[in-house]
Amino acid sequence: MADNTAVVALADLAVKAKFDRDELTIYVASQNIVAAATAVQKAGYNFLEDVTAVDWYPSEPRFQVTYHIVSHRLKQRVRLAALLDGEDPVIDSITSVWPSANFYEREVWDLFGIRFVGHPNLTRIMMPTDWKGHPLRKDYPVEGYR
Amino acid sequence: MAPVAAPDMINPGVDDVVADARHHNQDPSRDHTMVLNMGPQHPSTHGVLRLVLEIDGETVVSLAPDIGYLHTGIEKTTEAKFYQQVVPLTDRIDYLCPMTNNLAYVLAVEKLLGLEIPERAETIRILLNELTRIQSHLVWLGTHAMDIGALTVFLYCFREREELLRLFEAVAGQRMMTSYFRIGGLSMEPPIDWFARVQKFLNIMPSKIAEYEGLLSGNPIWINRLKGVGYLSPEDAIALGVTGPPLRASGVDWDLRRDMPYSGYEKYQFKVPIRTEGDVWARYVIRLEEMYESVKICQQALDRMPEGPIVADAPKIILPYREQMKTQMESLIHHFKIVTEGFAVPAGEVFQTVESPRGVMGYYVVSDGTAKPLRVHMRNPSYATLQALETMCKGKLLGDVVAVIGSIDIVLGEIDR
Repeated sequence: MADNTAVVALADLAVKAKFDRDELTIYVASQNIVAAATAVQKAGYNFLEDVTAVDWYPSEPRFQVTYHIVSHRLKQRVRLAALLDGEDPVIDSITSVWPSANFYEREVWDLFGIRFVGHPNLTRIMMPTDWKGHPLRKDYPVEGYR
Repeated sequence: MAPVAAPDMINPGVDDVVADARHHNQDPSRDHTMVLNMGPQHPSTHGVLRLVLEIDGETVVSLAPDIGYLHTGIEKTTEAKFYQQVVPLTDRIDYLCPMTNNLAYVLAVEKLLGLEIPERAETIRILLNELTRIQSHLVWLGTHAMDIGALTVFLYCFREREELLRLFEAVAGQRMMTSYFRIGGLSMEPPIDWFARVQKFLNIMPSKIAEYEGLLSGNPIWINRLKGVGYLSPEDAIALGVTGPPLRASGVDWDLRRDMPYSGYEKYQFKVPIRTEGDVWARYVIRLEEMYESVKICQQALDRMPEGPIVADAPKIILPYREQMKTQMESLIHHFKIVTEGFAVPAGEVFQTVESPRGVMGYYVVSDGTAKPLRVHMRNPSYATLQALETMCKGKLLGDVVAVIGSIDIVLGEIDR
């Protein structure tokens, strides 16, 4: 794996990495996400497929923001992941690297309540604008009156 | 290759468009723009899509999609279900290609489990996926032509689609929400005469596609409404996350079936149609050619259809046949356990993508080692492609917005989930 393009590109930024079921995941510190996205883009991973989050409640760090990036030239995919604390989860927006992150980050904000700093228009996208709470969090009540 | 985000490529929000228009109205040189609300019930928005447009006469100044009307929280629902119970939910995301959704999900879970799927099941899966692609493209062609004013094509397309839905009903018991694929294989063996019926359909289908082409391709109104409309450059298409036929119409040669094969697609010979015009016409031509290619893949699948089981050898994951369950103690226990407590999936995360009729459909499944998924996220092609709508429509005529929406073939069910 040492000669994998993404591994080489992120050698300085990676916190840890795993190769599981033929899928490469590279964890980066949340403050380095824009630098990491720029680095993999330069390395040939040209297409952002997906941005989403996982709620690991009740363990800490609670949130994992996941980015799937594919290279049309190398025919390879890399998964970037950043872990965030449950208290006030914040990460930089990568809309400056891939404009397509716009809707995905709005969705993650809407459903998980993770703020993306530098996002041009961080508003709710799925839920009504006056909705309270973030439904995909594990501690969001699924029954009873709201 | 790496595109840099220009400020005008960032999609504005609905409030921005309204605020912008108000601001412009105070600017004497631009006091003639107005805000137009299109949808959510507009017939050509294919579902419940609301567009807020700022227009200057007939020219679109800015545009913002407002979505979420169909949000039913499917991703949240999956977290309360066993893995096998999620399959019917995946149908309901994109109701025009249920089999593609089923496939992406079951492949993701099979990857987590490390299951080997028998070749017969894989071949039937590919056959059904390509039939689904034809079916979805038929709905697209019919409705797209109807939006532009050619009503006849709709009736022709739905004639063949009806036959396809009958084939789906015969094999799965359901016309649209098929839920036919299972984790580890298929739900049941196709009926005896089913392959012969598919063969009959494949024999006539190329001539039918030629018939649609004959109705549209030479029609001067159709050509004028499509050619040069809704241009999207390859750089913008990549930067905005566009996949599928719109991406290939912009000249980017990327098809997951060929480039990152899944479920045995590497064994099939087919062409990936590419155009470089990047307009609505190119997307129309690509989808028609894809239908021809799908017929070819179906034919290859039928010709090589192997004999054998349709489910993997994994009694703890796959429900036993009814007969076995009634006669064998072991099977009864397995059946009881799968139904009441599901099956544990080893911890891990996978992202499985397939080429749906609309583009890259991806399922991100995270397991914590229990019988229910910790997280299932669907990466939907229409959701990303919708972001490119502004780039395609800006500075163009209002009437072309309808043609462009039709050409990106959105399904609001998968956008809102």
